[in-house]
Parts: sequence; C-alpha cells; structure tokens
Amino acid sequence: MTSLNGDNFKPVLLRRLGLPNSQTLNSYRADGGYTALTKALTMQPNELIDLVKASGLRGRGGAGFPTGMKWSFLPQNVNGPIYMCINGDESEPGTFNNRIIIEEDPHQILEGIVIGCYATKATTAYFYLRYEYGRCYRTLQKAVDEMYAANLLGKNILGSGYSLDIYLHRGACAYICGEETGLIESLEGKRAWPRIKPPFPAIEGAFRRPTVVNNVETMACVPHIVNNGAEWFQSMGVPKDPNNARDAGSYGPKLYCISGHVNKPGLVELPLGVTARELIDKHAGGVWKGRKAKAVVPGGISMGFLSADELDTPLDFNGPGKAGCLGLGTAAVVVIDDHTSMMDVLYNCCRFFAHESCGQCTPCREGTAWSTKILERIRAGHGKLADLDILEEISASIGTIPGTTICGLADGAAWPIKNALKKFRPELEEYIKSGRKSESPQLVGAH
Amino acid sequence: MPETQVTTALVNDVPVEVGPKENVIQVARRAGVEVPHYCWHEDLSVVASCRMCLVEVGETKPDGSVVMGPKLVPGCQTPVKPGMVIKTDSQKVKTSQAMTLELLLLNHPLDCSICDQAGECYLQDYTFKYGKAQSRLDEPKVQREDKYHIGDQIALFTDRCVMCTRCVRFTREISGTAELQVVARGSVEEIDVFPDEPCNNKLAGNVVDLCPVGALCSKDFLYKKRVWWLKSQKSVCPGCSTGCSIEVDQNENQVYRLRPRSNPLAQGNFMCDDGRFGFKYVVDERRLKTPTLKNSVAANGAASRNGNGHANKDLADLVVADPWPEVMKQTRERIKAAVKANGSDFAAVLSPMMSVEEAYLLASFLKGLDSRVRLLLGPVPVAGANDCYPKGPKGEAPATDKTKFTIRNEKCPNRVGVEMVLKHFQGAVVPLEKAIEGSSTINAWYFVGGYPQGWVTEAIDRAVGTPNLLIVQDIFPSPLSMRADIVLASAAFTEREGSFVNHAGLAQSFKAATRPIGEARSDGRLLSELLERKGLYNAMVIRKEIGEEISAFKKFGGGDLGEYGISLMNRQEVGV
Repeated sequence: MTSLNGDNFKPVLLRRLGLPNSQTLNSYRADGGYTALTKALTMQPNELIDLVKASGLRGRGGAGFPTGMKWSFLPQNVNGPIYMCINGDESEPGTFNNRIIIEEDPHQILEGIVIGCYATKATTAYFYLRYEYGRCYRTLQKAVDEMYAANLLGKNILGSGYSLDIYLHRGACAYICGEETGLIESLEGKRAWPRIKPPFPAIEGAFRRPTVVNNVETMACVPHIVNNGAEWFQSMGVPKDPNNARDAGSYGPKLYCISGHVNKPGLVELPLGVTARELIDKHAGGVWKGRKAKAVVPGGISMGFLSADELDTPLDFNGPGKAGCLGLGTAAVVVIDDHTSMMDVLYNCCRFFAHESCGQCTPCREGTAWSTKILERIRAGHGKLADLDILEEISASIGTIPGTTICGLADGAAWPIKNALKKFRPELEEYIKSGRKSESPQLVGAH
Repeated sequence: MPETQVTTALVNDVPVEVGPKENVIQVARRAGVEVPHYCWHEDLSVVASCRMCLVEVGETKPDGSVVMGPKLVPGCQTPVKPGMVIKTDSQKVKTSQAMTLELLLLNHPLDCSICDQAGECYLQDYTFKYGKAQSRLDEPKVQREDKYHIGDQIALFTDRCVMCTRCVRFTREISGTAELQVVARGSVEEIDVFPDEPCNNKLAGNVVDLCPVGALCSKDFLYKKRVWWLKSQKSVCPGCSTGCSIEVDQNENQVYRLRPRSNPLAQGNFMCDDGRFGFKYVVDERRLKTPTLKNSVAANGAASRNGNGHANKDLADLVVADPWPEVMKQTRERIKAAVKANGSDFAAVLSPMMSVEEAYLLASFLKGLDSRVRLLLGPVPVAGANDCYPKGPKGEAPATDKTKFTIRNEKCPNRVGVEMVLKHFQGAVVPLEKAIEGSSTINAWYFVGGYPQGWVTEAIDRAVGTPNLLIVQDIFPSPLSMRADIVLASAAFTEREGSFVNHAGLAQSFKAATRPIGEARSDGRLLSELLERKGLYNAMVIRKEIGEEISAFKKFGGGDLGEYGISLMNRQEVGV
C-alpha cells in the first residue's frame, strides 16, 4: 500500500475546485462523475455498507462516528419509509468546508447522498442547509433539478428500480439546528430542541421514522470510496492505534478550514493527521505579521484550545483529545496570535454559546449566560481571581465529558473555558490583577 | 451471590422491588428517597431538561461487584432494571444538585415574600435541602416582564420561571389546546402565548398546580392567603359526574381554593376550571342561612323561643335563639301527619346533589312511615355533551381510547348513588319530570335541592302549585322555597360529609372543610335529627349501616372508602 500522505497527496474532495462550471452536471460527468453511482446501483445495499465500514470513514461533522456503523444501526426489514438527513447546518465558528464544496462541486455530494440512501434503503433525503447559505441553496437546487432531469433522482434511478427524492430544507439560523436531533426537530417544523436519547434517530428519527443523519463532507467521501475502494481510502490518514481497542482510526482526506491570524486563511484538503504546525506554516503561510501563535483552536471553538507548545498535535480524530481538547470537531483551525488576550478570546467563545444555547437544559442555559456575564465584568476591569474558580465550576457543571445535558453542545460550550483555564490561567490571572479593560467591548464575528 | 432471579434495585443501599416501566424517581420514591425534579411529571412526556434529578447509577456484575457508570444520568429518563444500583446521595450527585439549583436561582428574583407559591415552592424546598445558601452571581439578573394577560385565570410571573415546560407540555398533551409555548432562546427564553390568544381552555387552571415554582399563579387565589395558613380537607368535586378528587383549602371557615387530588381511579391528577373556580356559590350572599316556618303558630322567633322553653324573659332578648329544634319538631310532625293522611299522596324529591348517606336517611325515614310514599329523583342537570381532552388541532374531541380527561355533561355528582338508593327502596327510579306529567294527586312535597344554580323550572313550579304541605331543603331560595311551609337551610358540599358515586360507580367519601353558612345545617345532621337518631351525624357510621342493608352498597363494608374510593360495580353495570 503506497502512502498518499504527505507531499504527493492529490486533493480528492477539492479536485474540481476552480474548474469552469464545476457546479454543472456536464462538467461533473466529464470528470467521471456518477460512475460511482452506476457502480453502486449494481451492488447490494449491504455490500455498500460493508464497503463503507471497511473504509473506516468517520463522520466529518464533529463527533467522528463511523459512518458505516451508523448506517448499519437501522433496523432490518422496516415497514415504511427510511429517511436520510444531510446536515448542512454548518455553524461551528471557523468552519466553512461544507460551504465551499457545496458551492463548487455540489454533484459530488449529491452523488454520495444517492449512494448513501441506496445503501440505507432510504426513500427520501432531506438536505438541511444553513439558512445563511443562500448561494449554496441556489447551487444545490440547480444541481438537484439537473439530476431529476437526468434520471439521477426521482423514480427508477438509471433504470435500477431504486427511487429517491431529495428535498432541500433551509434551516432556522441557529447553532443548535446542527445537532442531530435538533436538526430533526427543526426539520419537522418544531423548535430545535435536541431530543433525549434513546430512541436514537436510527430507530425513531425524522417524523418518527428510522433516520440517518450525515454530514455533507462525509457524503462527499462516499463516491470516492465506491470508485477507489476501501484500501485506497485507508491509504490516507492515521491507522488505528493497536493499543487502543476503541480507536477506529482516522482515515481519508479531510478538509481543514484555516482562519484567524494567519497570512493565508483558507480551505486545504489533506490526509487526516496533519499537525497544526504544518497546517499553519506550510499551508496557511504562517502566523501573520511575523508573530507567533499563542493558541490554536483545533476544530471549531467548541473543541477548546491547543497552546503554543501543543502545535505538533496531529489533527486526527484522537490527536486533539490527547492534548486535552474535546476532539477534532469540524477541523476548523483558528489561529490566535500572541498579541491577542485570551480573556477576549474566551469571552468571544462564551458569548457565542450563551447566544446559541437552545435553553432546554438548565446547566447550559444558565451556565453559558453566567460565564458570559462574568467575563463581561472582568473585561470591564472589575474581575476577581475567584471568578476563575466560578468559571471552572460552571464549565464542569455545563458538562465537560461526561456531559450532564441532553446534547453534546453543552460540552462544547464548556470546553473552551476548561482549556483556557488550564492552559492559560497565568495570563488570565495577570489580566484580572492588572485591572485593565479590554478595548473592544463588542468583538467581531461572535456569531 | 444467590443465584435466584434478582427483582430488586438498590437505592442508596436499600433494596426496592422494581415494577415494570418505572424510572429512578418512582422507584426511589417507594424506597422513601426523594429525587428532586422539576420537569418530570408522571402524566406528561419526559423531557429530562431541568437536570435536577441527576443521579449515579451502576449495575451489579455477575460476580457481585458493582460498577457505577461514569456519567450522572437523569432519573426521570432512566428506566430501572433489576440489579441496578442507584445512588442519590453521593458527593458527585450532591455537587450537581447544588450547582443546578444555583443556576436555576441565578436570575430568579427571590421575591418569596410576595410570591403566592412561597410555602409550597419546590425552589424553596429543594434549595433548603440540596442547595447553597448564597448565590455567587455578581451581575444584574435578567429581568422580564410579568404577563398577566396569559390567561383569564392564570398569570405568569416570568422571571420566577425555571423553564421546566410542564405547562407547555400540559397544553399540548393533556388539554391539546397548545396555547403556551417557549419563545426566544437561551437564558432569555420565556413562556408566552400568541398575541390575543390567551390560555383559556377549561383545564388551564392545572398549569398553576403543575408549575413547581411561583411562575404561574391563579388569579383567583392571587394574594388572597399565605398557603401555610390553609388547612386542606379531602373532598370530591360536585361539579360533574366525573367526581374529581380534590383538596379543599380553607382558613377560618373560608374556602380559598380547590386543588385536584391525585386519584387514578377517578380523574387522574387534574381537574377542570369549572370545578376549580366553581365553588364560589358556597359563600354566596343569597344563600339560605336560617330555617323558616310558615303558616304556623310557631313561625316567628318569639314563639319559637317560647317553644324552646327559654323561660327567663330578661335573657330572652339577649340569647340568640336556636330555631332548629322547633323547626325539626314541626317538620317531623307535619310529615307524619301528611303521610298518615295518605302515604301515596306524599312525594319526596331526592336531588342528585345529595350524598348517598343523605338519600338513604331520607328514604329510609319516609319509607319507614309508609311504604306508599313516593320517592322521586330530582332534576339531573345536563349541559351539552361530554367535553373530552386532549382536543385535536381543530378543537375536535379525541378518540375514546386517547381521552385523558373528561368534563361530563351531567352536572351533578351523585345521580348514580341516589338512583341506587331509590332502586333499593322502591325498585324503580321515577324522575320528578315524569311524575308531574299530567295530573297528579300529590298534595304533600318534600323537596331536596342543593344545586348551585336555579333548578325549579316553570313546569315543576306549576305542577307543585300550592299543596297541603311543602317542605324545601335547599341552599338557595327558589319559587318553591318562597311559598314553602318549611324551609330547611342546608349545606353546600364543602360543609357536608358523605359519599358520592360517580359516573363509573366509584364511591368516594368527602369530609366537611367548613361549617355551614349562617345557621344553615348540613343535610346529614338535619336528616339525622329528623330521624331522631342518637349522637352526632357521622357519615362513616351510616355508610356501614347502608353496607349492611343495601346489597348494592355491600362494598361499603366498615364505612371507610379509603383515599381513592371504592368501585361499587364494573362499567357494564353502571346502567343506572
């Protein structure tokens, strides 16, 4: 098995980025599009699930759950419809990978969706798209229309006897709609309050039917796995840790969103396991203005922070966890330079979560708002050292895994606080002792 | 470890039998352990959002070792399996409880001194037991406007709310009317209604009981009384034939509110607003407060006093005379005289508002005088059709098997019980309306009323005319009481004790919460005296007697009907 890691890596998901008319069906077909679907339709659904299982594909939405396993959780011999929901409610701060691939290469995703639906025997797919992504919506709608016209959707797809409908659903402008069951509630027209589990969506999901919820990028990987096989997919990334039976490995290409204080922010595709340092220095042109990185968000602010000493952490599904972060998340790397106050960064995070907490569970609803209030006061120059202890206690009660709330987003709200206090406590204490005020009471881009 | 089948779970090291489909809260409750909770309610769906009931659970491994789970789990959402180990008092649980309470109280105004809920508030109780004494919040609290407009009967004190959403779920799942909802998000979210669509369904008052804190208050009770002054008496709502079990809360002989009392055999955990707020007639100014005698030498007070033998003329004006002995004596004598003249021309009308005991006393008295005395069933008030909940989206009634609450159209509590008594004494039930059809020879009437509203129709009025003897035992004046020879001022339901048999044959006992208004007397006492029974009126003694004498009531047994009542028959038999 030749490794495709490193310099000879050729983009997979982004390979058609920037081609003229890359959004159109003709262009996609000219590049070999929909051959995977044709191939998949000749296979049995179970074979496809086994293939995806064998590839080790893990969900790109944040939790990293093995996709094939998720599909296999659906009950057998279901009487009635099965639904697939595509989670395009990309709202983790710093994340924009879905947006780019939807806008540039929608057919790649849609082909993956049709294959995924065929494998799970779903008859309807709901593409839940973040409301703010208007351009994505228009691009996708055009692509879906093209597919219906070309019999890639609708009744009896390509003469296979399999029928599928895809509906685009524009979201409700809330972070919580990106949570699996919050998304389903929102799709059903309700308030996006995550459901208690069990029952899991695979048993009782959208409209109380068995449902699979997958991320956009996950689905984009599926056609490539069908075309190139599981072995090819496993040639990229970080293999399983033989000493850890629970490790499912981190295989395949991953879209890394790099933003923050770097010279060249953007989206790069690399095999899983690239280090934060390599991403910043090699792919993002280094930290801006010749400064040094103080902290790096490994995968969206809910994952916490890597300190400057931890930049060699590989960004695979296990790496950030070993460095004390929550996980890889969406692989949205936000670089914070050494001129930035961690108090401001922390405040910005907390403000986001206080704004976006759905308000269902007490610890998250009240805790996020309280921590924001405390940080507001500290930033106004009225901090006390004891505030840091309260913040720590709040973060523990909101839920640093094991969580104390219905959904995992509360854990996400707690992690930046926990990490900042653990890794940057001297700086935070110094800030409070100095009694200084932050200059920008309102930070840009908090939500 | 013994190899026998394990059927118990350990709650704080105490073994408890596990029933099917029970959660941690329910199992712990049976072990005498309270798991504090806000959002969970047995009649509502589980949302597990307040996070107050987090407990530690683990399981017993086959080798006997106990492995506790890494996470705290919500007790409401966790079904208990045999062999489960539940810890509700570990340090981990206590820390979580204290923190959750601190968070719930974060924006709470702490206005207990002016809050109606104080004294029966779960924020107070739990904070006392599981919370911290002080909040560490230094910042201003979120303040939100109170919403008096949320319903005709309910007011929302928005900033006291803990967002348990019990009220929202109630209007969605039990009443089906879905007026209440959560608006906004995060720590500024609140309960609200759509503009101009207040929560006015007939079950709306229940959200006040469901609210574990002082957020939803009953406007009727608001600022009327501190709850710790209230004394509760177990009673039964007389509003309709559902016969909801209730608590009557009174202080110094004044009823302040009615609350549903949980009864799985009767109505469940709720009651309707008609019943809840419909007790005001009990203290109505127009009530009959004294007995009166007409067409009699002893009709005026002075004569009555003389009749009572108050010989001391100097004191006669100072002593408030008790008119009852003379009234009862006259009543008894005139009934006897009328029955003697012709028993079949004497009719007694037993109202479905009477208790079983009262009906029995009156019937046995009259039938004892002459078996030809005619016993009639008084008017049974019926209003429209049964009102079933939860309502559908268009307000339609639910399917029978989906019905969770029914307000019955029969607006009296004890038609079934009175009919059972009538059947025993004369074999058949003859309604008053039927007896007065055409010409009748009845020239002596004994009417029992007790209805909260007027019940003497023109037809009744005309048919009764001016008989030789007219006795009315009622709580309100009526055309009949105006011209009655004897008016016996009787009592409303909170002033009586006895038992009602509801639509399904469930006999429930109720006790007097207050003394009768003015000089009125409870019907039971009054009838006891008519029968010249010895001792004080005691419904339980009479129930025992009824149980022995009437086979249909044999389940009355020793007279104690228990907290939930006793079902006298199965549903098919309730054809009466």
